[in-house]
Amino acid sequence: MIKLVNVSKVYDNGVKALKNVNLEIKKGEFVFLVGSSGAGKSTLLKLLLKEEEPTEGSIYLNGMDITRVRNRRIPNIRRNIGVVFQDFRLLHNKTVYENVAFAMEILGTHPREIRRRVPMVLSMVDLSRKASYFPDQLSGGENQRVSIARAIVNNPPVLIADEPTGNLDPDTAWEIMKLLNDINSRGTTILMATHAKDIVDHMQKRVITIEDGILVRDIEKGGYDREITTV
Amino acid sequence: MTVRLRLFKNVIKQGFQGMWRNRGMGIASISSISAVLMILGVVLILILSINALVVDTQSKFDEIEIFLYDDITDDEMVAIEDLVRGKEGVLSILFKSKDQALDIYKEQWGDEAYLLEGLEEDNPLPNSYVIQLKDISYADDIVAELKKMTGIEKVNYHKEIIDKLMLFANYIRVGGMVIIAALIGVSIFIISNTIKLTVTARRREISIMKYVGATNGYIKGPFVIEGLLFGLIGALISIGIVYFGYGYFFDSVNGKVYDIFTIALVQPNTILTDISIIFTAIGAGIGAIGSLVSMKRFLNV
Repeated sequence: MIKLVNVSKVYDNGVKALKNVNLEIKKGEFVFLVGSSGAGKSTLLKLLLKEEEPTEGSIYLNGMDITRVRNRRIPNIRRNIGVVFQDFRLLHNKTVYENVAFAMEILGTHPREIRRRVPMVLSMVDLSRKASYFPDQLSGGENQRVSIARAIVNNPPVLIADEPTGNLDPDTAWEIMKLLNDINSRGTTILMATHAKDIVDHMQKRVITIEDGILVRDIEKGGYDREITTV
Repeated sequence: MTVRLRLFKNVIKQGFQGMWRNRGMGIASISSISAVLMILGVVLILILSINALVVDTQSKFDEIEIFLYDDITDDEMVAIEDLVRGKEGVLSILFKSKDQALDIYKEQWGDEAYLLEGLEEDNPLPNSYVIQLKDISYADDIVAELKKMTGIEKVNYHKEIIDKLMLFANYIRVGGMVIIAALIGVSIFIISNTIKLTVTARRREISIMKYVGATNGYIKGPFVIEGLLFGLIGALISIGIVYFGYGYFFDSVNGKVYDIFTIALVQPNTILTDISIIFTAIGAGIGAIGSLVSMKRFLNV
């Protein structure tokens, strides 16, 4: 589903964010991406979202080579990836319903299909009753659920989450994780960057650790770091 | 294809929505567009009036007068008449005798005509031919040929005045064009700046749209439509103000100006269509281009 071959990224200011990273994530996997701040997690996600170009190496998504693509094609790639951010990134002047519907409108989806699909996804994230609310009227957890609904409404094969629980209290964070786990069990591949140790330890999923731009650990059913997994 | 149609519909809908939601910024854009167009309107009316004046003057000065020596022979007169009749652009040639010329003077002098009394016996005025031309531009050629003829004392025509007038009118026209071009440049700058503020305020929105996978066209579309609508509203306002404002000015001043300078300002009704087309095109164009220009920088996410 996602494949990185010898990927390196050097920013214009000389910072080496990623060094020779090789990585393969299979369809339906749930993968945590951990590492301290500045280790290169965000860079890796940015490469997948085509926000940055790799300096070396190749990136494949869904069997497609997305290493170098024309700017025109970037929207098409992003449509294959649902994204969830720590800060939700919802449109404030649109209601919950409109925010989710927006992701379908930009694809030119038939209004009937939008009217069918959006309530379905909203009920999946348990926000049916708040469809007509604006993001500012909702709690952090609810906002994150809206952004998850938006990310999955078009049924993307891959969901990328960049510290989705970073702004949430522990209980709410667990709600979100349960939701992501549900989505994963329906077949969506999930790549989640996080600092939340307890979540990673508890979920027992594949954990990839990056330090100083180098992929240092890749453990099936792992914990946040080696010490804890061995316990 | 239906997908494209729906996308297009979405873009238009969002353009209208955006216009309403950003009406504060809109008022700024609209007023700067209409201010520029109003100045443009004044310049335009000035140019049109001068144009009309030149055309009017040209039609009044489309004759050549040939003054003849008293001792001219019949042969020479026939030669002149034949020459003129054979020329292109000549409408008519009329013989004006000494007596007729004097009568015309008397008529023109009116109450003071008694001063001319007694001239009948030894009329100092020459016999002449008056040639009516289609257009003053035919004059040069004819005059050049007439100069070679004998029996002619003087050829009188107003080519020089017309030339000067045309030159003056051309300066005004070119100057007007330069002013208009400068105004359009300035207004694109103002509008793109105004819209830049709107766009900056919505930077977050734009980057979110990009993350969700919206194409640049889809993001740009609503902004361009918004700018276009602001431009159209600005154009409508300025058309109204210029048309009614000029109409009022025309009514209050036209009679007097006509008496003094024997020139007519352009009729307000004749310019309505012109300014409507010009203002609408420029207003909408400036609005749309302004948005497009100011958007560009924010699209590289």
